Amino acid sequence: MNYNWNWGIFWDQTPDATGTYFGSLMSGLQVTILLALCAWFIAFVMGSLIGIMRTLPARWAVFVGNAYIEMFRNIPLLVQLFIWFFVIPELLPGDLGIWIKQLRNGPFIAAMLGLGFYMSSRVAAQITAGINALPKGQRMAGTAIGLTTWQTYRYILLPLAYRIIFPPLTSEFLNTIKNTAPALTIGVLELTARARSMQEFSFQVFEAFSAAAAIYLVLSAVVTIVMRMIEKRLAIPGFSGGK
Amino acid sequence: MFSNFDYDVIWRSLPYLFQQGMVFTLTLTAIATVFGLILGTLIAMMRLSSSAVLSGFAVSYVNLMRSLPLVLVIFLFYFLMPYVGQWIIRADQPVQVGAYASTIVTFTLFEAAYFSEIMRAGIQSVPRGQVMAGYAIGLNYREVMRHVVLPQAFRNMLPVIFTQTIVLFQDTSLVYVLSITDFLGAASKVAQRDGRLTEMYLFAALVYFVICFTASFFVKRLQKRISIIR
Amino acid sequence: MPMITIEKVSKWYNPQFQVLKNCTTTVEKGEVVVVCGPSGSGKSTLIKTVNALEPVQEGTIMVDGLNVTTMKKDLPKLRSRVGMVFQHFELFPHLKIVENLCLGQTIVLGRSEDAAQAKAMKMLERVGLTAHAQKYPGQLSGGQQQRVAIARALVMDPICMLFDEPTSALDPEMINEVLDVMVELAKEGMTMMVVTHEMGFAKKVANRVIFMDAGEIVEDAQKDDFFGHPRSDRAQHFLSKILSH
Ligand SMILES: Nc1ncnc2c1ncn2[C@@H]1O[C@H](COP(=O)(O)OP(=O)(O)O)[C@@H](O)[C@H]1O
Ligand SMILES: [Mg+2]
Repeated sequence: MNYNWNWGIFWDQTPDATGTYFGSLMSGLQVTILLALCAWFIAFVMGSLIGIMRTLPARWAVFVGNAYIEMFRNIPLLVQLFIWFFVIPELLPGDLGIWIKQLRNGPFIAAMLGLGFYMSSRVAAQITAGINALPKGQRMAGTAIGLTTWQTYRYILLPLAYRIIFPPLTSEFLNTIKNTAPALTIGVLELTARARSMQEFSFQVFEAFSAAAAIYLVLSAVVTIVMRMIEKRLAIPGFSGGK
Repeated sequence: MFSNFDYDVIWRSLPYLFQQGMVFTLTLTAIATVFGLILGTLIAMMRLSSSAVLSGFAVSYVNLMRSLPLVLVIFLFYFLMPYVGQWIIRADQPVQVGAYASTIVTFTLFEAAYFSEIMRAGIQSVPRGQVMAGYAIGLNYREVMRHVVLPQAFRNMLPVIFTQTIVLFQDTSLVYVLSITDFLGAASKVAQRDGRLTEMYLFAALVYFVICFTASFFVKRLQKRISIIR
Repeated sequence: MPMITIEKVSKWYNPQFQVLKNCTTTVEKGEVVVVCGPSGSGKSTLIKTVNALEPVQEGTIMVDGLNVTTMKKDLPKLRSRVGMVFQHFELFPHLKIVENLCLGQTIVLGRSEDAAQAKAMKMLERVGLTAHAQKYPGQLSGGQQQRVAIARALVMDPICMLFDEPTSALDPEMINEVLDVMVELAKEGMTMMVVTHEMGFAKKVANRVIFMDAGEIVEDAQKDDFFGHPRSDRAQHFLSKILSH
């Protein structure tokens, strides 16, 4: 291969002279992490609400929950991002739409909402599965000592369900991190976008993308290790979860 | 709010959207599914084999692919492949592979990692007792695999494979980053050209929704049928 | 006034499947009533209707003079006063034994943490498990878990106790430790409705025996009458099978 390796490229200045390529990748990493955390917050809150709704006795609650999940699960993430970014501001009443379009971090907000709601449908599915995996008698036992439905969820079902689904929730969080990358299409300067522009300006294809890949690997390794530690702390002696 | 909605732009661009865009989307989905499954099966078998080298390679490959965003992998392979091609055929110049061929290779390699995990989980979902029982009536390893484990494993993983294919179908929209005319790419080009982003993106969402919703409805039915048999 | 009155209760799981057919019986204060019958005859369903864990479509159920079939808002309060013990214990696996016993006391009865703890330890002593207070349910044997489950019901100062096959999920050597606790309760005058196939227990402490089959109460007799000369063929058949081993 007559490819000109240049691993020193990371210390060169970027064309816009705001710092080195390394610095540029790092700021991309920051955006990736921030976006993932914000989106995860939405995903976790909305996912929990919808996931719990789907386990309630009320038919309408189950229906609304199912409809929510189907809607966000069956449209590609990229299309959802475009809708949040290009379409929703258009559909809002005049002034509000214009104001939103002029927001400086409009792309970030659109990506946060798009990714958050997209992931919330997956989180919701996990929460429902976790609650349904509990022995039916647990709900009854809670009810039998006089707890209300809300109290039964609060003190019995949710603490157990969240523990059971901790591993799949961890991988959904990892997916959230990976799914920040498509946000580059609406102009969020996250890690992949930074690698892409480094490649564009420096022509060092391998260095740019393998550095980004390595950063993603490290990031997911760190998250995995931290989550394992939390999981161990949360583990209950003698309880392995589920039916 | 939909008062100045231009349905005509959708109507006019239908042939372009479907005959070009959707055809490529479906082709890519089909090819990546078929080859991804084949490659995925190989990787799963490597992973479950007793050779530490093979299984180590399989584990690393799967973990690597599953830790990276697909968008990054699309870029990486797109820029990498000319050099790999050059190296393989010992050419003087990087080989022009082109965005289309590159995405097909990318999706196959990427999805193979996911399919192999489905395969592995399916095979491991068959209880050890079944293998024992197979040996107990005198079958050998191949026969146990062929007649006892794989038929049960396949049944367990069939719905998951279809679900993954639906995910893959949605993921193909990411080829947008290489300006390829898949369904979303086509919709987006019309949207930009005619300044009709609202109509085109909502229409694209609707089309994806209808296809994925219908497909996952049938997968759910299949899942129910299978779980009754079991 | 009886403690529990079940009157003309019918229940359907779906239009084709009637699980309870016009069931009527009463449990007096201080009485111990054993419910037996083949598997699937509706025993669990019947006993769960008493604290409205299962709704019914027809009939009325009164507990301590209160109609539980029409009650809505006060159900949690009532349930807290009706102790229930399940076949599979249903201890809360994420809570320590003592926390299992405190949960209902603090949340439903509004007792202070200290009072609840004291009461919990008292009941644990009673079932002989003080040493396990700080363990989790998964660390106890089945028999121990079921005794904790009984204690969890007792800390609420129940006016009556419902048992749904409390020993049928246990290994044989653990059955007696649970039955002993129940016998003692019965002797103290606790009102009890017990679904069980332990006929030794029935002979020892029951006042009456109810025999169910296919959703019906086929026989409802004083203990001696039931074991002496059951009137129905079905009950005779059931008894001959169950007593032969
Ligand atoms: N949730 C349910 N839906 C439909 N049928 C049920 C349900 N729960 C129990 N059954 C059926 O009702 C019948 C009585 O059940 P159960 O009261 O548990 O019987 P037992 O405790 O006497 O064994 C059984 O045939 C059982 O299959
Ligand atoms: Mg039962």
